[in-house]
Amino acid sequence: MSDNSQDISQGGYTTIDGRKIGGVMMEMKNITLRFGGVVAISDISFNIHEGEIRAIIGPNGAGKSSMLNVISGFYNPQEGEVWFHGAKRPPMRPYQVAEQGIARTFQNIALFEGMSVLDNVMTGRLTQMKSGMFAQALWKGKAEKEENENREIVEKIIDFLEIQAIRKTPVARLPYGLKKRVELARALAAEPKLLLLDEPMAGMNVEEKEDMSRFILDVNDEFGTTIALIEHDMGVVMDLSDRVVVMDYGRKIGDGTPAEVLANQDVIDAYLGVSHD
Amino acid sequence: MATTEQVMKPATDGLASIPALLQRNAKQFGSKAAYREKEFGIWQTWSWAMVEKEIEALALGFINLGVNEGDFIAIIGRNRPYLYWSIVAAQSVGAVPVPMYADASAEEMAHVLEHSGARFIIAEDQEQVDKVIEVQENLHQFEHMIYLDPRGMRKYDHHQLHEFSHVQNQGRAAYDEFITDLQERRAKLNYDSTCVMLYTSGTTGKPKGVVLSNRNIIESSKNSSEFDNLRAGDEILAYLPMAWVGDFIFSIGQSYWTGFCVNCPESAETMMTDLREIGPTYYFAPPRVFETQLTTVMIRMEDASPFKKKLFDYFMAHAKKVGPDILDGKSVGMMDRFKYFLGDLAIYGPLKNTLGFSRIRVGYTAGEAIGPEIFEFYRSLGINLKQLYGQTESSVFITVQPDGEVRADTVGVPAPDVELRIEENGEIFYRGPGTFVEYYKNAKSTADTKDALGWVATGDAGFIEESSGHLRIIDRAKDVGQMASGALFAPKFVENKLKFYPNILEAVVFGNGRETCTAFINIDLTAVGNWAERNNIAYASYQELAGHPQVLETVREHVEEVNKSVAADAMLNGCQVHRFLILHKELDADDGEMTRTRKVRRGIVEEKFSDLLVGLYDGSKTVSTVTEVTYEDGRKGSISATLTLVDAAVVPVTAHKVAAE
Repeated sequence: MSDNSQDISQGGYTTIDGRKIGGVMMEMKNITLRFGGVVAISDISFNIHEGEIRAIIGPNGAGKSSMLNVISGFYNPQEGEVWFHGAKRPPMRPYQVAEQGIARTFQNIALFEGMSVLDNVMTGRLTQMKSGMFAQALWKGKAEKEENENREIVEKIIDFLEIQAIRKTPVARLPYGLKKRVELARALAAEPKLLLLDEPMAGMNVEEKEDMSRFILDVNDEFGTTIALIEHDMGVVMDLSDRVVVMDYGRKIGDGTPAEVLANQDVIDAYLGVSHD
Repeated sequence: MATTEQVMKPATDGLASIPALLQRNAKQFGSKAAYREKEFGIWQTWSWAMVEKEIEALALGFINLGVNEGDFIAIIGRNRPYLYWSIVAAQSVGAVPVPMYADASAEEMAHVLEHSGARFIIAEDQEQVDKVIEVQENLHQFEHMIYLDPRGMRKYDHHQLHEFSHVQNQGRAAYDEFITDLQERRAKLNYDSTCVMLYTSGTTGKPKGVVLSNRNIIESSKNSSEFDNLRAGDEILAYLPMAWVGDFIFSIGQSYWTGFCVNCPESAETMMTDLREIGPTYYFAPPRVFETQLTTVMIRMEDASPFKKKLFDYFMAHAKKVGPDILDGKSVGMMDRFKYFLGDLAIYGPLKNTLGFSRIRVGYTAGEAIGPEIFEFYRSLGINLKQLYGQTESSVFITVQPDGEVRADTVGVPAPDVELRIEENGEIFYRGPGTFVEYYKNAKSTADTKDALGWVATGDAGFIEESSGHLRIIDRAKDVGQMASGALFAPKFVENKLKFYPNILEAVVFGNGRETCTAFINIDLTAVGNWAERNNIAYASYQELAGHPQVLETVREHVEEVNKSVAADAMLNGCQVHRFLILHKELDADDGEMTRTRKVRRGIVEEKFSDLLVGLYDGSKTVSTVTEVTYEDGRKGSISATLTLVDAAVVPVTAHKVAAE
C-alpha cells in the first residue's frame, strides 16, 4: 500500500470519473531535504502524472510546503533526484523552473498590493515577454504587439476566474478570498503545464471554498493543467484529487487514491493521534 | 379580438415581424452597430449586417435540429447578444421564444418549461444547464438543449446537448439545404403571429404565460419610439432580466424598429463600470437602482473633504431650486442660469459622468413608485428622467409622461393609441395596440382579465387628476380594502412613503378590516450599516442591526413622520401606522416572500409571520419566533429571534367614509 505509484508506473490510467490521465510528468526520487540538523523531508519518492490533480496532505510541520518548494526549485534537496518530462533536472533557479512551465501560488498571499489586479496578473506573463526594457518603455513595435497578445491571454483568464469586476481594483482593497483568486489567475497567466497550489482554500468560508474547488476542477478540465496542491480540508482533498500523498514528520506514510489513503492505518494514526505506550 | 380601428391597422411598409425588421435594418443600417458586448475587457461590436448573418446561421441550425413552426424555445440567461439573436432566430423559423429569468430556481423553471411545453432550451452556461437537467425528467416535451458557454461542459452527455457555435456552424453548412425552408417560414410571419411569450412574475399564484403578437410589440415599439424621438444612433444598456417585458420592448422591439444599438455588460457585477463606459442615451431602471446609486453617492460624499462637501451641498441646493425648471424649459432668471452653469462645470457634469448619465436624452423609471426626493435629485442634475406605467399584458406602455410634464406622483397621460377607463371601484382599465392576445393555455384567466371589447383590467386602483389629465396610482385594486371603521385602506400608499426613507428597504402594512394599521419593516443594510459604522455600533448580522434600540428609534421617527403626512390626506388618513416591528430577516425571493422582480407577496408574508402580526395587535412588547430560510443553493435552515414591537404616535383624525374614487 505504501508505494502505490510504482504500480501505476510510466503508463496513464483512467480516474473514477472517467478522465484519461497521461504518463508520468514529474518524478521525485528519494528526496531528502535538511536545514542544518533538521530533516524536513526524508527519503520521499512519488510521481505526478500528466493531467491529474495530486494532493499532498499531512499534519502541521509534516514538510508539505518544503516538498512544494523542492518541486518549484526554490529548495535544492541534499539527496535525491527530480525528474521532469523524463529527464533529470539539474539544480535550478526558480525562474528557470518557471520557464519550464511550472507555476505556483503561495500559502501567504504574495501579490503586489499596490498594483491593480490586471497588472498583477500581467506579471504572470513576464517569462513569455521577450522585448527589452527600452522597447517596453517606448511602447513601440514589438513591445506593443507583445503586450496586446499577452493582454488577450490574461483577459481570458480574468473571464475564466470571473474577476472582471475587479480588473482595475488595487489588490490591497480586495478581500482575502478574492486575493487568492487573483493569485491563481497570475499563476495561470504563465500557462503552466504544472500548477502548484499551496493551501488554496486556507482561511476561506464554505462558499469561497466551493467556488475555488470549482475553479481548480475547471482549470484541470479546460486547460488540461496538471495540478499539485497542499490542502488541510480533508473534504476538499477527497473531492478534488485523483491521488494523494500523505506526509508526517518528513516521511511519506501513504500514497494512493483518496479512498485508499482514508483506509490506511498509518494515516488514521497520524491524523487522529495514537497512544504512545 | 381586435375591435377598434387602430388595432386593426396593417403593418407599416409590410414590416410585420421582428425578422422582417432585421432584414430592413441590415439593408438600411448595414455597418452601423447593432450589438456590443464587453468581453475579455474590450467592447466587441456587431453591425446589423453581421447580426443578420449570425441570426440566419442560427435559424438554419434550428431547422437542422428539427425545430418546427409553433414550437416553443425557452431562453435562459443574462443579457447577451447571442441570446437576443436566439429570440429572433426562433421567430425566423416560426417558433415562439420564451425568455426566462436567469436567477429562477430549478422548480420555478420547471413550471414555466412544462407549462410552455418547450421542446428546445437555450441556456447560457453550465449553471443554467444543471438546473434544467435537475428537473429534466418532469419535462415531457423537452428534446434538445443548446448552451452558449462551453466551460465545464465537456464531460456532459451530449446526446441532447449542443454547443451554440456548433449549431450555427451546422446551420451554415446546411445553407443550401434549408435556406428556402427558412425563407418560406419567414415569409409566413404576419402581424398576428406570436412574437414572444413572457411569463408574469406571479405576485399571486403561478406565473402566467402572456402571448404577445407582432402587432402588440411592433405597434407599441413604433408609438413609443416616436413619442420619445428615439432613433438609430441611440445607445442603451441591456441589463434588466430578459424575461421582463420592458427589456423585450427596449432591447428587441424599439431597437429593431429604430435601429439603435444594444450594449450588454460584461457581467452583472461590472454593470456600473460598463454603464459609465457606454454612456447610454436612452436608459431604463427601476426605482431601486436609482435609490442605490443615490445612496452610494451620498455615502461617498460623507467621506469627501469638507471643502468638496460644502461645494456639493451648495450646488445641489441650487440645482434643486432651478434644475427641474431648466430641464422643463420654464423661464429661469439669468443669474440662476449662470449659477447652474457653474454648478454643471463643478459638480453636476462630473457627477453625471461618474454615474454614466452624461448622454441621457430619455430616462425612464417604472414598476414601483419612486421617492419624490430621489426623482428630483436626478432631474435637478439635468437628467430627463420620466415615469411610465405599464405591465406585461399591455406590452409595457399604458401611460407615459411627456417631456415637460414630469412629476414624481403621477405616471403620465395615456400612451399613443391607448384608451383608459376608471371603474366605479377605482380599478384602471385600458385597451390599445399593445393589448395581449391571451394567457397561454388559460382561457379562464384571459376571460377574467380581458373583456370582449378588448378592455383589460390592470388590477391597480387609481384616478385621473382633473387639473393635468395625468394618471395617479393608489395601490393594487385587490389590496385596497376597508378598515373596521369603514375608512379606505391602501397599504402601498403608506408603504411607499415609508420606503422613501433610505433607511427603510421594504415595508408591509396591514390593517384591512382592522381597527388600526401596523407594519413590518426591513431596514436597508447599506444605509443603516453605514450609519452604524459612523457611530461605532458593532453588529454581526442583519438581524443584530435590525434589533438595535437606536435603529428602532430612528425607524420610529420615520414612521411618525409618515403618519403626519398620511394624516394630511383626506381619503387615506385612517392608514396611519400605530405599531410596527423590524423583521429579523430580509424578505427574499428565495423564501417565496417576494417575486423575482422584488414585489412583496403580501399574503405569504402575512401567513408566514402570522405570530408576529398577532403580537402587533394584542399589545405585546416582544415576540419570539423561529423562521425557516432557504439559502441560495436551495438548502434550508432556520433563524430564531426575539423582536421588539414598537408603538408609534399617530395624528388624531376623524374617520371618513369615502368610496375609492
